[in-house]
Amino acid sequence: MEAPQAYDYSQRPARLPDPVDDANRDLDIPLETRVEMYEMQLLLRQFEKRAYDLFMQNLVKGTSHLSLGMEAIATGFGAALRPDDYTFATYRGHAHTLARGAPPGPVMAELLGRENGILQGKGGSMHLTSVEHGMMGSYAIIGAHLCIANGAAWSAQMRGTDQVAVSFFGDGTTNIGAFHEALNFAVVWNLPVVFVCENNLYMEYTPIDVVSAVPNPAADRGPAYGLEGIVIDGNDPDAVFTAARAAIERARRGGGPSLIEAVTYRHGGHSRADPGKYRPEAEVEAWLERDPIPMYHQRLLGLGVGEGDLASIQQSVAGEVEAATEFAKSGDFPDEASLLTDVWADGGSAWRN
Amino acid sequence: MAELTYREAVARGIAQEMRRDPRLVMLGEDVAAAGGVFKTTVGLIDEFGPDRVRDTPISEQAILGAAMGAAMTGIPVIAEIMFSDFLAVCWDIVANEMAKSRYMTGGQVSVPVVIRTANGGGARFGAQHSQSVENWCMMIPGLKVVAPSTPADVVGLMAASVRDPDPVVFFEHKSLLGTKADVPDEDVVDRLGEAVVRREGTDCTIAALALMVPRALEAADRLAEEGISAEVIDVRSLVPLDTRTLLASVEKTGRFITVEENPRLCGWGAELASIVADEAFWNLDGPVVRITTPHIPLPAAESLEDMSIPTVDRIHQTVRTALA
Ligand SMILES: Cc1ncc(C[n+]2csc(CCOP(=O)(O)OP(=O)(O)O)c2C)c(N)n1
Ligand SMILES: [Mg+2]
Repeated sequence: MEAPQAYDYSQRPARLPDPVDDANRDLDIPLETRVEMYEMQLLLRQFEKRAYDLFMQNLVKGTSHLSLGMEAIATGFGAALRPDDYTFATYRGHAHTLARGAPPGPVMAELLGRENGILQGKGGSMHLTSVEHGMMGSYAIIGAHLCIANGAAWSAQMRGTDQVAVSFFGDGTTNIGAFHEALNFAVVWNLPVVFVCENNLYMEYTPIDVVSAVPNPAADRGPAYGLEGIVIDGNDPDAVFTAARAAIERARRGGGPSLIEAVTYRHGGHSRADPGKYRPEAEVEAWLERDPIPMYHQRLLGLGVGEGDLASIQQSVAGEVEAATEFAKSGDFPDEASLLTDVWADGGSAWRN
Repeated sequence: MAELTYREAVARGIAQEMRRDPRLVMLGEDVAAAGGVFKTTVGLIDEFGPDRVRDTPISEQAILGAAMGAAMTGIPVIAEIMFSDFLAVCWDIVANEMAKSRYMTGGQVSVPVVIRTANGGGARFGAQHSQSVENWCMMIPGLKVVAPSTPADVVGLMAASVRDPDPVVFFEHKSLLGTKADVPDEDVVDRLGEAVVRREGTDCTIAALALMVPRALEAADRLAEEGISAEVIDVRSLVPLDTRTLLASVEKTGRFITVEENPRLCGWGAELASIVADEAFWNLDGPVVRITTPHIPLPAAESLEDMSIPTVDRIHQTVRTALA
């Protein structure tokens, strides 16, 4: 075998997950919430798997970025947010959209480019939005939405509603200027915003440590802006929920912004076209072992939830994803009537008289 | 009716709208306590307080991001980008986020933001503080683009821009800030997408914007002395564009000339020329003529800048030659 090249990242030492933190196991989280988080994680998992299958059948065009393996973060925050709070997500936003309660059928239909899609086919996988669920958009250009989340938080502050805005982004996003502008601005204006870095150890195809000045790309930068550097296990919904609840409550009370780095791993590649071969095999294996869902299944059994109850949740989620798929496939392709609508508030796109 | 400078008209227009809509807020670098580096926002913090008129860090993306996020959640915002050249620093938020959100989300998101920015040359500020970039904005679907040339239009179009539910980029011309004209004492509310015939004429139509309007008018005076009757149209709003006024004028005069501060390639006049060529071809008695800045970065030296941006002399000579 040839000597590994320095630029072949798959030959680098694996970055293994930290050992599970037992301290999280007896947190004061109602069992009902935990069961809901179990169900949500299953929904996100099954939905993403189905989305993948539909790509393979060429029913989903373009690109798509799945949250397989990262479900605990969207789930934990989804459970901690109030219905009128704001979520701002990235192109990897299917999970965040569903976790705010957007219906899976129209979300799936959007991936398929159908008229019954949640954006009527105009946004696609990377721009999922459901304002009525507080899901204020999925933003596909790195960085901007941290600044935009600040604006929603500022607006909540001015309107006196005590709503909170949460912005999710990747480890790679900590290296763009907008991240730094957003943090400084949020602190200076004491905004009710929570910045959540989903550190999946890779930006696109490059390990984050190769391109970052500090080991924890978000948390290590926090102190420069007067923010505590919080690192949590992003594969444990209880840990996420606990951190989310604290940060959201703090923001609601007027305590200002927080920055949370949730360490996780994606099971697949960056996007549809990426097999993810730049990752050391041992690393992928170790993280598959740390799959948040079987781990949580065991935890719920330990807390006295019956295997039969969990099985019936699995069944109902499977039915939900099946129904969403049927709903999506049944939609028509949007026609010319909608092509030129919704550029302006008047519903049209006229730029001249 | 009182005489106001263009500069004073900016603050007047903002104040008029902030009085009307208690939700309306404004943010930008040095806009509050200092009253703006161009003194266009003097007095606003005194009347409306530091919660509605806010100083920001030098963070253009954070400024426009905050404006957008607030606007999409129910608070209309006026955001200042000090020099229009700096739009390049936050262009993602302008061109990719604000402009596209409504369409991309199937109509779920509204972004009622006015981005005010100091535009244009004549102040000898060099290549990075003198550009006219209204053409950058004009080419992005989803943005409205306004560039007033008189104090009354500053107030009226500011009101129209603030009341518009879509993102508007509002270009304040640096070299017009000191100009004075009457502004009605009562509220002034104008409409986007309406050009104004500033001078009637029969021999040619000259379309101009912002600083180029007074220059075109002066050139038209000189042309009149030579027996050429030029109609001068102040385009005012590039998006929406009042093509009716332009086409009706060309139908009458048979000649079409644009006067642009933009560098040559893809200046706004190119689009107008194309519309006239498509739709008024049989009315034309001669070629469409574009008077522009050459396709160069703007130089700083007075003598060089004056050779770059269309002057009264150049407009006068070019039109005379074209109509000879
Ligand atoms: C400004 C900008 N630069 C580059 C890209 C291309 N790009 C899309 S996703 C991505 C990686 C982002 O990594 P990270 O922030 O870690 O998020 P992840 O995809 O891992 O969730 C890159 C470089 C982009 N969308 N926007
Ligand atoms: Mg990443």
